[in-house]
Amino acid sequence: MIRQFFILSSKGDPLLFKDFRGEAGDDVVNVFYRRVTALPGDQPPVVMALRDLHFLHVRQAGLYWVATTTADASPFTVIEFLNRLAALVKDYCGGLSEKSVQMNFALIYELLDEVLDYGYIQTTSSDMLRNFLQSEAVSSRPFSLFDLSNVGLFGADTQQSKVAPSSAAARPIQAGREQGGRSEIFVDVVERMSVVVGSNGVLMKADVEGEIRVKCFMPSCSEIRIGLNEELSIGKSQLRGYGAAVRVDRCSFHQGVRLDEFDSHRILRLCPSQGEQTVMQYQLTDDLPTAPPFRLFPTVERDGTGRLILFLKLRCDLPPKSSAVNVCASVPVPKGAVSLSQELSSPDQSAELQLQNRAVAWQIPRLAGGTQLSALFKLDVPGLSSASMLEVGPVGLSFELPKFTATGLQIRFLRLSPVQPAPSQRWVRYVTHSDSYSIRI
Amino acid sequence: MPYLGGEETVRELKRALSNPNVQSEPLRYRNTVLRVVRAMSQGVNVSGLFSEMVKACATVDVVQKKLVYMFLCSYASLNPELSLLVINTLRKDCQDPNPMVRSLALRNMSNLRLPSLVEYVEQPLTAGLRDRAACVRRVAVLGWAKLYNLQPGSDIDAAVVNELYSLLRDPDPVVMVNCLRALDEILKEEGGVVINKPITHHLLNRMKECDVWGQCEVLRVLQRYRPQSDDELFDILSLLDASLVSSNPPVMAATLSLFLSLCADLPAVSQAALERVSAPLLAACGSGSREMRFTALCHIQLLMRSVPGLMGPHFKRFFCGYAEPAYIKQRKMQIMVELVNDENVSMLLDELKGYCTDVNTDTAQAAITAIGRIGCSYSDRCLEILTGLLGLKQDHITSAVVQTMRDLVWVCPQCSDTVCSALEGCEETLQDSQGRQALLWLLGVYGEGVSSAPYTLEVFIDGVKSEVSSGVKMELLTAIVRLFLTRPAETQDMLGRLLHYCIEEETDMCVRDLALLYYHLLKCGIEETRNVLQGRRSDPSLGVLIGRPADPINQWACSFNTLEPLKKGATETQTASRGSPEHEASKPKTVVDLSETLGCSHVHADPPDQHSDSTAELPATPLTLSLSPTISPEEFERMWLQCHSLPSEQDAEESKDFLQTEKEIRCSAMLQRSPQILQAAMQLVNIQTLAFTPPCTLPWRVFFYTHTAGTPASSLILGELLYAGEADHQPAAKKDDEEAERKVDEDGQVEVKVTLKQQPKDEKAVGAFLSVLGTVLHTLSTE
Repeated sequence: MIRQFFILSSKGDPLLFKDFRGEAGDDVVNVFYRRVTALPGDQPPVVMALRDLHFLHVRQAGLYWVATTTADASPFTVIEFLNRLAALVKDYCGGLSEKSVQMNFALIYELLDEVLDYGYIQTTSSDMLRNFLQSEAVSSRPFSLFDLSNVGLFGADTQQSKVAPSSAAARPIQAGREQGGRSEIFVDVVERMSVVVGSNGVLMKADVEGEIRVKCFMPSCSEIRIGLNEELSIGKSQLRGYGAAVRVDRCSFHQGVRLDEFDSHRILRLCPSQGEQTVMQYQLTDDLPTAPPFRLFPTVERDGTGRLILFLKLRCDLPPKSSAVNVCASVPVPKGAVSLSQELSSPDQSAELQLQNRAVAWQIPRLAGGTQLSALFKLDVPGLSSASMLEVGPVGLSFELPKFTATGLQIRFLRLSPVQPAPSQRWVRYVTHSDSYSIRI
Repeated sequence: MPYLGGEETVRELKRALSNPNVQSEPLRYRNTVLRVVRAMSQGVNVSGLFSEMVKACATVDVVQKKLVYMFLCSYASLNPELSLLVINTLRKDCQDPNPMVRSLALRNMSNLRLPSLVEYVEQPLTAGLRDRAACVRRVAVLGWAKLYNLQPGSDIDAAVVNELYSLLRDPDPVVMVNCLRALDEILKEEGGVVINKPITHHLLNRMKECDVWGQCEVLRVLQRYRPQSDDELFDILSLLDASLVSSNPPVMAATLSLFLSLCADLPAVSQAALERVSAPLLAACGSGSREMRFTALCHIQLLMRSVPGLMGPHFKRFFCGYAEPAYIKQRKMQIMVELVNDENVSMLLDELKGYCTDVNTDTAQAAITAIGRIGCSYSDRCLEILTGLLGLKQDHITSAVVQTMRDLVWVCPQCSDTVCSALEGCEETLQDSQGRQALLWLLGVYGEGVSSAPYTLEVFIDGVKSEVSSGVKMELLTAIVRLFLTRPAETQDMLGRLLHYCIEEETDMCVRDLALLYYHLLKCGIEETRNVLQGRRSDPSLGVLIGRPADPINQWACSFNTLEPLKKGATETQTASRGSPEHEASKPKTVVDLSETLGCSHVHADPPDQHSDSTAELPATPLTLSLSPTISPEEFERMWLQCHSLPSEQDAEESKDFLQTEKEIRCSAMLQRSPQILQAAMQLVNIQTLAFTPPCTLPWRVFFYTHTAGTPASSLILGELLYAGEADHQPAAKKDDEEAERKVDEDGQVEVKVTLKQQPKDEKAVGAFLSVLGTVLHTLSTE
């Protein structure tokens, strides 16, 4: 049971507040905010209790989504619900930000009214909710010149429009009704890697968490069929096809997915509801089909003048056609480091000494598969001792691998039935993120 | 948020709302209403617009209606008279052909929360229960719950309750679930909705139609049902098996809760359920939402109390991601410590070593503490890491390392040489009082092994005037007196100076009293001082107890899937302050303390010696046991017999002041053969044993006593452990109800009867005491 719900901006401004049971004191929001600001750091505990008030919150898009509840409430349910609510708001408003919440507050109140009654969750299915919501979403997308770049001379479509811009899926689901928005469907395969590489270059741990998300903007879509790799095998024992099998350890599906053709042909059938939903989740532990995407060859030494010399060679082992974008290597350095001088191999890279994180952040906008970059950092650390070398800790890499999946999972086809009368667009996108990719030195 | 120009805005809105031109244009009218609601949600007081908004509610525009209703529900309590005007519109809307309008009107009618309007609401709600549209029925069902909560103490209308029970068969699953919720609220005083066999099976069969939220609700309600036969129980369990491994964490957690409550008497089945649930829980640990990860981790810790090896093969899943928030990292480290074994210890230590230099000081300190706890079993490797960390010369790391070393030495005295050699030079980096106290304690107790100890203490004594922490001063006093006992020549002079300063100039009473105590003690002679101060330097038994037995599942089953497991860590991370280990043993123990020491009630045994001073922050009842004032055996006998005779006199007034309870506790049969062990263990938790029957005689008895303090008033507990043996021929002198019955289980466990007499009566304290006693006996028997 949820007694009150509110959204707070990161600065503490209340954006929305709703009391479902008429039990609220006036300043529940302030109580919460005072507790949050009284704590050091930016990571308040998920549960905070004050007398009989129990606050549970999630952070989404920099906002606090807070519910107050009773002590015996299920934390799984409340947190899952708050996440789901944030996803609904994102679907209906076309994006999640302080601004979009502010502009669409009437719509969100309407949504809350239907989703929760007297603090009890009624429904969160966007198909059901669609019938009850009347307000229009106000899109908060700023005007951007990039939008124009897709339009060629005299309005003709350019080559570029064959690739969906990354923001294409960020739009409200209901806009289609009057504005005649395009009927589109996006199928995204999103994977998160968490990898630990030992100081000798040996892979210590490699986990992949993946999911297939369907985002649907079709007014009338009865069923879609998603075909995965036929040689996909699940579990350790089962093997399909010859050799180059794609394997996951465990997978689970959305309630609405029908699996009658899954065992034989690896086809998922479902009737997508409007908006985003996660169709399938899977995990792979410790047994990547390919080498990990990055290797690092570090050299750490002290020179005679008490400076710390870091020489890093970063090798990208992706196939030559793929590349990694937004790569950032963060190298922890000893406390007390005051200045940094660097030698980087190309001008588009940058490096910066972040004092509050005690780390050097090396930014690489793009790194193609099969290539290697090197960087030389010289740090002035007053009072550098040999023990300080301990602090040059594991390097954390964050990156994005577009058009690449670590497990090798692919979508063979995406069919809609019945065949759509209006021209519809189908997009399949792949991306692998780094959840945590650390390389020990 | 203070909103500038609030009054101006309200006046302007009022003008706009009453402007006939605006009213005639639907879009403009709606936008004005929207602005009112926006102002309201920004914190402007717009209650002055109530009458205008009541008018705005009579419209065909559904969006506007919703906005106005929202406004009215917020301000109705301020304007009960004007609200009466809305009722008419609302009742009219309840007749609307559009089901959406009907449900909207009904919901807001019940949301007005005005007791004076109840009579107008009842009729539409009754009609709503029989509405054709499911969405109206959903609202109407919950509407009744709102109505009853509005007038607490009013009579419950049996017709409504019956109607709600019959609506459990409604074709719409949400209506069914709402009925459960509404009945639960209406029948709160009678224990909520009644779940009998037909209802249970009906709910189970319809669970598939519900969405995940409905399923969770049904599963929660079903916890009240007790199956009549084993066959029925297993039918239910097999029906639920699919949702036990559901990929949706709320459903999985709710199902496990239900499993545990149904199988409370079948530990083997519960155990199997825990193993089945480990895969989905692990998957939730890798969820994209960090809050969900955290929740899953906390519940894994709970499960591991009963199945310590549950996550053994998956220890790598608990390595921390570098971008994870500190609260997740700390939980993961606590889990990693539990999973250490010979194969993975080097890998885990490598991983933990990496966290010791984390930017976040809390994470770094938690990692160091974790290494210290692994050190209880693998001391050499851990000490190597800890010593290496001292080289960093960073205050927060050094402080954590010294504290960890102190805790480690208390448990593993064989580490003392390594620790002593590592201590040299630490005092320069130590800044905080906790770290310095730990250093002083080590210097006092192991001062003969540290060659520079007197010089280090001298630096402290020279700076004592500017010292602010009284804890450090008291620790300094103890350390110097201890060192004086082993190295008198080097320390005599500074001891004199310190005592002089503390007695003459110190303003803190505690410090001054302690100094006076030591002064008088020294006057009594060196031997007496030695007896008092050089007690135990370590307590290896604590180390043995770390490999603690698995808790029975029932001990935590009731807190599974509640906020409890998530909160526990929060208090633990706050208890950064720690006292010296031996304060634990010598000062009055607390229950919290004890259970942590024995590692039985907390998920993650903290370093074994935590902290009498942390109890203030812990929410548990602060039961403190103490041995003083002492009671002689004669006194004990007198009181025991006196209490014993009271109930027979039937003196009501007297018996209020006195409580006698009996309980059976199981423990191993070997207990009676070694009374010394039992005596030592009891003494550790401040229970004094007075008399034993000789071992291997039957009936075997132990008499003991203790004082409880802290709870409203202190009270005295007298107790007897009675083991009557196989052949149960009790002398008739004992009362019938004290006749002990014992059963020997297959595993050699026996039941020992505990008789407690307390004066004055304090049931809470007795309950807490019983759990302490149970823990002691249980720990002894599993050793």
